[in-house]
Amino acid sequence: MNTALLKKGISAGLPIGLGYLSVSFTFGIMATSAGLSWWQALLISMLNLTSAGQLAGINIMIHPMQYIEMLIAQLTINIRYSFMSVSLSQKTDDSFKMNDRWILGGFVTDEIFGVAITEDKVNKYFFAGLTILPYIGWASGTLIGALLGNVLPDIVLNSLNIALYAMFIAIVIPEAKKSVAITVVSLIAVGLSCMFYFVPMLSNISSGITICICAIVATGIGAILFPIKEDDPLETVETKE
Amino acid sequence: MDNIQFFIYLAIMAISTYLIRAIPFALASRKIENTFIKSFLCYIPYAVLAAMTFPAVFYATKNPVSATVGVIIAFILALFKRGLMTVAVAACAGVFITEIVLRYIL
Repeated sequence: MNTALLKKGISAGLPIGLGYLSVSFTFGIMATSAGLSWWQALLISMLNLTSAGQLAGINIMIHPMQYIEMLIAQLTINIRYSFMSVSLSQKTDDSFKMNDRWILGGFVTDEIFGVAITEDKVNKYFFAGLTILPYIGWASGTLIGALLGNVLPDIVLNSLNIALYAMFIAIVIPEAKKSVAITVVSLIAVGLSCMFYFVPMLSNISSGITICICAIVATGIGAILFPIKEDDPLETVETKE
Repeated sequence: MDNIQFFIYLAIMAISTYLIRAIPFALASRKIENTFIKSFLCYIPYAVLAAMTFPAVFYATKNPVSATVGVIIAFILALFKRGLMTVAVAACAGVFITEIVLRYIL
């Protein structure tokens, strides 16, 4: 075991962990206000480790028996991780055995990917260390939020509801500023999403499905209009969560 | 929602989210060459986040006015590339102050 690399990974994960703590705090509050109990919110965070997927998940869970929709929503929202995993798998060194890949592969998030990909070669002890504090931060923040959700006054909870959305804006805007393609794709997605929200017949379709349709149509148009020619688009277009 | 339904939902979420990360990490041996797939995978996070945020964000708080203030703050700070935390906290503060103003002052 390489303790030095493990320690290096753990300290690289500290800022991510702190960020996750505060974001998952809001998720905990949202989950309990959607009717889930604290242990349900905690389990979701411990087993998923993804903000957008979990937020979409609780919005689907409040309806009964929408299992197929849940699956489609999760696949659509989380497909980006496949891309990051592919990209990361090309940078791993010989320390990664097959078992390590199956275990550590479950911890690829936007930020963990973002830090790991800047290394020349990714060692498994470094990567394992890197995941520890973000995981703890994500789980404990959810727990604290789920428990405090009942204690905090209404007006504070109300304000916190915008936190995850604000974070999404903070991810998209800087990239849209850099790339016309991302601006166009995002605007198409917003336009479609508004259409599904406000057009009477369409507004009956549940949110999980509409997000998938909006994302796939907007992205498809974007991929046709603005094909990426670089070898590794992730190095030119950073993704962060 | 009963516990059985919760655990089915949880299993669908957790297993699909795990596999979508782990399978490519474990099995990817060559780079993706197809331009359409590459572009698609590159753009999809932003489309998802944009569609999830709008118009839902305007109904996330008690009042669309306070939500709009939060969105504007988030936009401005994001344009200046502030960190995710800064943007989130500032947007919350904006909503909080607007709700106080709407409730107790106006």
